[in-house]
Amino acid sequence: MTKGREPVIVGVADAPLENGMVRGGLNPLQIQALAAKSALEEAGLGFGDVDGLLTAGSWGIPGSGSMMALTVAEYLGIQPVLLDGTQIGGSSFEAHVAHAALALQAGYCEVALITYGSTQRSERQRSLAGRGPGLTLQYETPYGLPTPVGAYAMAAHRHMYEYGTTPEQLAEIAVATRKWAALNPAATMRDPITADDVLASPMIASPLHLLDCCLVTDGGGAVVMTTAERARDLPARPIPVRGYSETTTHATIGSMPDLTLTGAQRSGSRAMQMAGVTHGDIDVVEIYDSFTVTVLLTLEALGFCGRGEGGAFVSDQRTAPGGAFPLNTNGGGLSYAHPGMYGMFVLIEAVRQLRGECGPRQVPDAKVALAHGTGGVLSSTVTCILTRD
Amino acid sequence: MAYEKPLPVVNEESRPFWDACKRHELILQHCQACGAYGFYPRMLCKACHSDKLAWERVSGEGTIYSYTVCHRPAGPAFKAEVPYVVALIELREGPRMVSNIVTPDAESVRIGQAVRVTFDDVTEDISLPKFVVKG
Repeated sequence: MTKGREPVIVGVADAPLENGMVRGGLNPLQIQALAAKSALEEAGLGFGDVDGLLTAGSWGIPGSGSMMALTVAEYLGIQPVLLDGTQIGGSSFEAHVAHAALALQAGYCEVALITYGSTQRSERQRSLAGRGPGLTLQYETPYGLPTPVGAYAMAAHRHMYEYGTTPEQLAEIAVATRKWAALNPAATMRDPITADDVLASPMIASPLHLLDCCLVTDGGGAVVMTTAERARDLPARPIPVRGYSETTTHATIGSMPDLTLTGAQRSGSRAMQMAGVTHGDIDVVEIYDSFTVTVLLTLEALGFCGRGEGGAFVSDQRTAPGGAFPLNTNGGGLSYAHPGMYGMFVLIEAVRQLRGECGPRQVPDAKVALAHGTGGVLSSTVTCILTRD
Repeated sequence: MAYEKPLPVVNEESRPFWDACKRHELILQHCQACGAYGFYPRMLCKACHSDKLAWERVSGEGTIYSYTVCHRPAGPAFKAEVPYVVALIELREGPRMVSNIVTPDAESVRIGQAVRVTFDDVTEDISLPKFVVKG
């Protein structure tokens, strides 16, 4: 790697929410403009410095969102020389970090801006619901599988069948994540819950209950990246991106090779190898939690525990504040916010933890963070390793 | 009453499959190069990428690889059906397919149960392959 061109994150911002909705009835472009401005201000940069734009979302399709990066660039009044509209579901923003890192190292751009905005809660719609059953979907949509929850539910059932995992063990994840949310004033759901609350909440798609599922909120955010050399002159503490890897195993759940093993096995080991870290080096873990089972499967695939051991691993509130394994410290998609593509927020929280900005939820002396996105129906996985120095 | 649930948008690639379903036959592509069966229909074998694929009628038998009992419907058209079962069927020939388990007792469904295909003639043109637990 060219000395000085190591990729770093120098600004992050997320849109403030009230009861899960963005204030003032902003649209997805307004949300992104404000988040981008905040993240750039934090970095000590302006829109005139941005020459790379990476964005994903589910607004305006078909229509203004169909060529999303172009619409966002035009709306922001910029003409970047790197345009990336990679859309692989909720993990897209981790992929954007990887692609921006490669572009920065190669000298293809100098300042990369990653943006996201969603008003799905205000609009009362889930973006995945209206997919027409053409091409590969004609073999699944006619059967009424609720997407995405039904696919994750089938993965959960298979895990229970193969390994004896219990609904109580999945509930531990929801309970621990809510405890982190209680420490985060920006989180949407902060009242404590118990495992019994999770199990007593309405069944959505067995074995997943309402409280096994992420929130449905608005939201948005932005991440600014540049090179280590450029960051030397900037006010923000640069957070180096040391490792990253993306992959896919399938798009439709009928084609997932093994319902209890995600692509995180591959993306995680490749990212950790690139960063030169092992599991014991990682101080804080931010994992995409669309559902409790998403976390369980990802922990196993990343190798934090053995296959089938996820249930035991998360038991006894191990991932809660004060536990041995700090996980989803902002309250996660389960309790903080989930605007449809949550991956933006695992990045933002990892950066804030490494900067030591997290107040009562701060993981002491966090030096290495793992930020992991999952997209589609366990379809895409992207792992990033960020460090403090 | 008109059928309001989503129907497959049939194309030339999928037409042999859906035409067979209409005849109440389950067919899969069988690779003449490597012997693998494939679902869903493709231009090239997913395993070896040969284009020598032949349609072949298969047993229609398999086991439940996983399932979910849906208590919230996938849209208003499925509302009257809850609770209903969507399952991943592992066919005897190897491929898996998403389908429904037709049962009066959704809560009785289990992974590993042996199933066989049945066809639901939902419109004049479309018959959906579904599965029943073998008694």
